[in-house]
Parts: sequence; structure tokens; C-alpha cells
Amino acid sequence: MGFLNTLPGAIVQGLIWGILAIGVYITYKILDIADLTVDGSMVTGACVCAVLVVAGVNVWIAMLAAIIAGMIAGLLTGIFHTFMGIPAILAGILTQLILWSVNLKILGKANIGVSARTYAVAVTQLYKGQAILVVLGICAVLIGILYWFFGTELGASLRATGCNQSMSRAQGINTNANKILGLVISNGIVALSGAVLMQYQGAADINMGRGAIVVGLAAVIIGEAIFGKISSNFAVRLVGVLGGGVIYYIVYQTVIFLGLDTDLLKMLSAIVVAIFLAVPYWKRKHFSKIKPKSGAKKDGVTDNA
Amino acid sequence: MLELSHVTKTFNPGTINEKVALNDLSLTLNDGDFVTVIGGNGAGKSTLLNAVAGVWKPDCGTITIDGADITDIPEYKRAKFLGRVFQDPMMGTAADMQIEENLALAARRGKRHTLRWAIKKSEREEFRKALAELGLGLETRLTTKVGLLSGGQRQAVTLLMATMNRPKLLLLDEHTAALDPKTAQKVLEITDKFVDEGKLTTLMVTHNMKDAIAHGNRLIMMNEGRVIIDVSGEEKKKLTVETLLELFSKSSGTEFSNDRALLG
Repeated sequence: MGFLNTLPGAIVQGLIWGILAIGVYITYKILDIADLTVDGSMVTGACVCAVLVVAGVNVWIAMLAAIIAGMIAGLLTGIFHTFMGIPAILAGILTQLILWSVNLKILGKANIGVSARTYAVAVTQLYKGQAILVVLGICAVLIGILYWFFGTELGASLRATGCNQSMSRAQGINTNANKILGLVISNGIVALSGAVLMQYQGAADINMGRGAIVVGLAAVIIGEAIFGKISSNFAVRLVGVLGGGVIYYIVYQTVIFLGLDTDLLKMLSAIVVAIFLAVPYWKRKHFSKIKPKSGAKKDGVTDNA
Repeated sequence: MLELSHVTKTFNPGTINEKVALNDLSLTLNDGDFVTVIGGNGAGKSTLLNAVAGVWKPDCGTITIDGADITDIPEYKRAKFLGRVFQDPMMGTAADMQIEENLALAARRGKRHTLRWAIKKSEREEFRKALAELGLGLETRLTTKVGLLSGGQRQAVTLLMATMNRPKLLLLDEHTAALDPKTAQKVLEITDKFVDEGKLTTLMVTHNMKDAIAHGNRLIMMNEGRVIIDVSGEEKKKLTVETLLELFSKSSGTEFSNDRALLG
């Protein structure tokens, strides 16, 4: 029975990390950028939300502020990457480091408690049933907005930017502006997940984002592997990413329940992600007759007719 | 309509790999000109097209289209005037997106990307008709991902995209070089058809001398970053591969060297 009791908690946390993973999906899958800002912008979202809630601001307004703070972090990475020509990974690491200081300044110390008993929060582990419903609601609104956005002219130009930059520029698309826009949207979503996780845990902690990108990637990969075959519909894919987050957390809780040393969890997560990232590469290398051509994006070459 | 004036571009200046790709090149295209560009390896053919497309800025010289100086305008803004097809069939289309999504992006080339839906219902019918004219059976596959198409199909779709909204100038950069001879022929037929119908001013780089002679109303040959031969009208119609090679060695003082040009 002990394990079953942990299940609702795992589902809520999985969904919250699933929100983060949707943010990661936008940069990693759509824009083809590995954005490490995530580890910092998630904490920024948590800090901004925590400080505002403690100051008596309505929790939904606090979450909105968290999203905007995350978007500013994404903007910074975008400017580093495009305007200053810094490789995307390094740009993200620089912003992450900047955010470490910023987050400390926002919190004023390494962590603050935001207990649901004292403050009016929207999600708390004290009421897991309610938490699941609220988080599901947030996810539904988020997926709805993203489904709409990526179906618009602007959204399509953003997808094209991630898919083929030569083609995009030849079709009059400002690829640099689109990369910045994608990073802004992504980090806004990531900050939202941080704000929700802060409420659920009842505390904001300067360290809560460490390795967030790996969890996000794991959720994206699991989601693609399990739900990717069902449909190529964009909304279904995003639901798959959420599902990936939930599965990740259930597995996570299971190994903890089985008594695995929790110190090893981050290492195991990273190894699992590394293996999953390697599989498509090995497949291409050993099972593909057509060698990828230069200038082509990796994906889509092997299934070329 | 297109005027390049004293354009020079040097790659890797000051290094052992320094290469003068365009050397004080001047060229004027008239409205409706279909110019084929031929030349040896590294003669500057693709560099010429990239200069016009704005992939980078020339070291010096100016480029104008219809009297407007576009030398400092970034690549994505020039796209408003230009239709482009690349040598690599992968480069001209977005592989992960559907055929109709690619076409819809092309239909909005040079316009602001708004928050309206990416494809209007009325457009689908137009796309279907346009695809049917290619004669490749793509009109029933509007929602197929472009990545699943063959190289020839992709080049045909790219051509269709490049000629939408009637660009002021069509740039074809060895767009049949990566295709098998039969497919290449088909793509060239489609090219002629589109250029004729739209009366498009066109700059077509090719490695194939026969193609260069058979298509267009004007032929230029490049060597070491300059235009060394420029023939048009009746004179071009009489050209043969032999006379072209003779002209080349007379103008440049060397033998023509292109490992692919003679085979084609």
C-alpha cells in the first residue's frame, strides 16, 4: 500500500515536470537548440512566485509574473546566441550562471518556505486530488495555446526556422528573431513549471533546478518513444511529453520505494537520457543505407524515399 | 533590372586558404533575361548567386534590383524579391513540415508573419492545382511531410515555392546537379515552363554545358571570379559545346577544367 500512496504525488510532480518538458520540447525539438537556461529559469519562476505570494500577491498573478521573468531569461539567452554569436549551449550556461545570482537576490537567502497553511496557493501536496485537477487545468490551457500558436503563420515560421534555416531565410523568415522568440516562449513555460513546483513543495530553493534540463529531456524522449507512434498531431505530441513526465516520475518514485540510494538518482537519470539520445544515432549509423548529406538536417534523411 | 557593379568577395582573407571568389565583377540583367551561368570549378558561379541572395555582404561593390540598392539588406529581407532553388534538394524545403505548409510559407514570402492561421482553406485548392501541374502526383499528398519525397520531387516543390508571388528574380544554383539525368531533365522542363509562364528574370547556374546552351536567352561563362564570356540572342542559339570550349580557352588562356561539365 505504501507505494500506491506515493502514486498521486508522483502524478502531480510528473505533470509539473511535464510542463517544463513542454518548454524543453519547444527549444530541443522544434528549434533544434539545446537550451541550458532551463536549470536557472525554472528556479527564477519559483523564486518570483514565492516572493510575491509571501508578499500577499494573488497566486495567479504571481505565476504570471514568474512566466514573464522566465521569458526575460529566455530573451537574454536569445540575445547571447543570435546578436552576440555565442553557441546556443554556452549562451544557456551563461544565462544560467547569471540567474544563479539573480535568484539569490530575489529570494534574499538560499530558500524560503511558502506553506499552504499560511499562504493561499493554487497547488499543494497537502491536497493531492485538488493539485492534480489544477495542474491538469494548467496543462490543458497551455497545450491549447501552443496548439493554436504553432498553427499560425508566425508559429509555422518558427517551426521552419528549427527545421531548415537556409530555406527559412530564402522564404523571408527572420531566423534570429524566431530563435529569440522560441527561447522566450520556452523559458516562460519553464518558469511556470518552477512556480507550480514551488507551491506544491511549499518552498522555493536555490538548488531546485539542478539537472532540470535532463529531467525535461527524459520526459520529451519517453513521450516521443511511447506516444510518438500514436499520432503526429502536435497536441497529441505535447500530451505525450506530459505523459513522459508522469512516467519518469512514477519510475523515479518506484526506484526510491525499492530502496535505491537517492544520491545516485541524478546519475542514473543522466545515463538513461544519454542512452536514449544515442539510440537514434546508432540506428542511423548502422541501419541506414543512405548516408546523411551535408547541409541536411539529421532527421528525415533516412526515411527519404 | 539586376545590376552588380564592381562586386568583390574574398573568402578567408589573410590566410593560406585565401580565395578571391568574385573579382571586380560587373553584370547587368535586363527584364525577362534567362541567363545561364557556366564555369569551371571555383569560378565563382555559386558565389555570384549568393552575393545576389545576400548570404553575406560583398567586400566592395553594389548590388541593385530595379534601381534599389540592396547591398546592405539582410538575406531574409531580400527574399521578398527573390525565388531561390539550391543544389542540395534538402536545402530548399523544410523536411519536417507538410507539403502544404511549405507552400504556405512560400506564399507569404516577404510578408509579415501574423497570428492568422498558417494556411487558408482557399489556398489548399490553389496548391492542389499548382502541384497537379508538376505532373508528379503530388496533388493528392498535400499533408505528406516533404522529407518523405525524393530529391527530384523536392526540387520540383522548391521550384514551385520559388516562383510563387512572381519574384523579381529567380536564382537557380545547380538545382539539377544532385539528380539523376532523367529527373534532372524533368526538373529542367518544369523550370522552363515556370520561367516562360511567369516571364521571370532568371539566373541559372549549371555544370552542364549542353543545358546552358539549350536553355535561356543569354549565357555567361565565369572564370576566376569574373565574367569572361557573355553571349545572347542569335549568337547564343548557334553555340555548341565545341565553340564554347574554344571561346573559353581564347578568353582565359587556359583549358576548361570542370570534372563534371564535359560529361553531362
